[in-house]
Amino acid sequence: MDGRQEMARAAAEAAARQSYGKLVAYLAARTRDVAGAEDALAEAFAAALERWPRSGVPEKPEAWLLAVARRRGVDAVRRRLTGEAARDHLQLIAEEAEAHMTSEDLPDERLRLMFACAHPAIESSVRAPLILQTVLGFDAATIASAFLVSPATMSQRLVRAKNRIREAGIPFRVPEQAELGERLGAVLEAIYATFAEGWSDPAGTETRRRNLASEGIWLGRLVASLIPDEPETLGLLALMLFAEARRAARRSPEGDFVPLAAQDAAYWDDALIDEAEALLKRAAARRIIGRYQLEAAVQSAHTERRRSGSTDWAAIRQLYDALMAIAGSPVVAINRAVAIAEAEGAVAGLAALDGIGADRRLAEYQPYWAARAELSARLGRTADAAEAYDRAIGLERDPALRRFLQTERGKLVRN
Amino acid sequence: MRYMLLIYNDEAAMANAPRDKTEQTLAAYGAYTEALKKSGAYLAGERLRPTQAATSIRMANGKTNVLDGPYADTKEQLAGFYMIEATDIDTAMEWGARCPAASTGTVEVRPIWEMTDYLS
Repeated sequence: MDGRQEMARAAAEAAARQSYGKLVAYLAARTRDVAGAEDALAEAFAAALERWPRSGVPEKPEAWLLAVARRRGVDAVRRRLTGEAARDHLQLIAEEAEAHMTSEDLPDERLRLMFACAHPAIESSVRAPLILQTVLGFDAATIASAFLVSPATMSQRLVRAKNRIREAGIPFRVPEQAELGERLGAVLEAIYATFAEGWSDPAGTETRRRNLASEGIWLGRLVASLIPDEPETLGLLALMLFAEARRAARRSPEGDFVPLAAQDAAYWDDALIDEAEALLKRAAARRIIGRYQLEAAVQSAHTERRRSGSTDWAAIRQLYDALMAIAGSPVVAINRAVAIAEAEGAVAGLAALDGIGADRRLAEYQPYWAARAELSARLGRTADAAEAYDRAIGLERDPALRRFLQTERGKLVRN
Repeated sequence: MRYMLLIYNDEAAMANAPRDKTEQTLAAYGAYTEALKKSGAYLAGERLRPTQAATSIRMANGKTNVLDGPYADTKEQLAGFYMIEATDIDTAMEWGARCPAASTGTVEVRPIWEMTDYLS
């Protein structure tokens, strides 16, 4: 399959997922029954995924899906295959949704659906998977692989979460201003988790279809366009675009890992970086700082190298200081220590790492050991460095990154 | 809970790999084993000799049959194992994903059937 065909196929699939998500959101918002809405549309969605890449996207994609859902649904009811819940939805499709379609576009309820999926009453680890399934129609097995959970477990968790939405009466609404901040945080966290899974999954660069990074960006764009007054929605989108802009530079032509400091800025996507900068500027104008804006600002400082040729580590350190203050975590602490090392020297950086070493979560966290190894190596503490490299290598999942760490460790002996 | 991580690899491909590649793989397993030990998850782990060294035994109609070779001819062969302690399947799968075999072959994660499980 050549590139153009592949793009057309991807576009058709994206269109199918969009219309599907819109319809699930529309039906579920009226019944609170996500699983029933999905059941009613399942066959139509499968048909769209199969047909649209070949036939092209129909002029009114949602109407197409509704028509197929109704036809198949009627058949299924005749065969007594469709459950009670799906039947209610099919009724709704027949009476309400199709009437809507003829006059105007279907109202977009996807944001409400996302707020229901990221509700505090839903366990936090299942929020991002739930959004991926309901808003984008990914199946449990695909989501399970991305989040490194067994397919059976993932589908069980998703079923339980959907039951909870119905039984606990979780509302399908965008929260009032007073509670928006906190609730929006959960939605943004789920979107970022989606992106981060795709970003850390090196295979994602090959299997575009399962590329969670681009799905995360897509969800980010949706939320940023629907709630543009909340600067963190813009901040998160900017953060993801900055990271995405460097995707091609992360691997050498041979498939080897290239660390940020060694990346050739010529491989960065200027258009994405410019878009991210503009978003960040818009967000900053509202003068409400937040974690995603700060993280995006760190990325912005890194990409500055494409113009100036150097990196302002003192500024990056200050941004991490601010991040520690409002959203401290072991990950932020490690990055801050690395920035300190660059700005003030490896001794200060190692001291900062020592300061957080008591956190037990770090024992199994690869970046902590990689950072320790590199700083120890810089100071000529070869034995410490070798030990830390071994920990990092043993904890890494990505073969390219593992090779990189092994090569770095190999350089120790020669010095 | 205890879990077995069963490692399946294409042993012919392993045998034919260039020397530096083999050294890198061995070092990766060394680091992985070390990381398991340091985190307290490690219980046991060994590499197995290739299937050409395997002998399979089966009794049929009271007669013992001895066959050269492994139980089944598969594309990837059982090449070794780790036994680990993990709080749940999620943690066990995390370790499975980090195992160098996950990027070259397959790591099968199986919970141990503990005595206490079938007495209760």
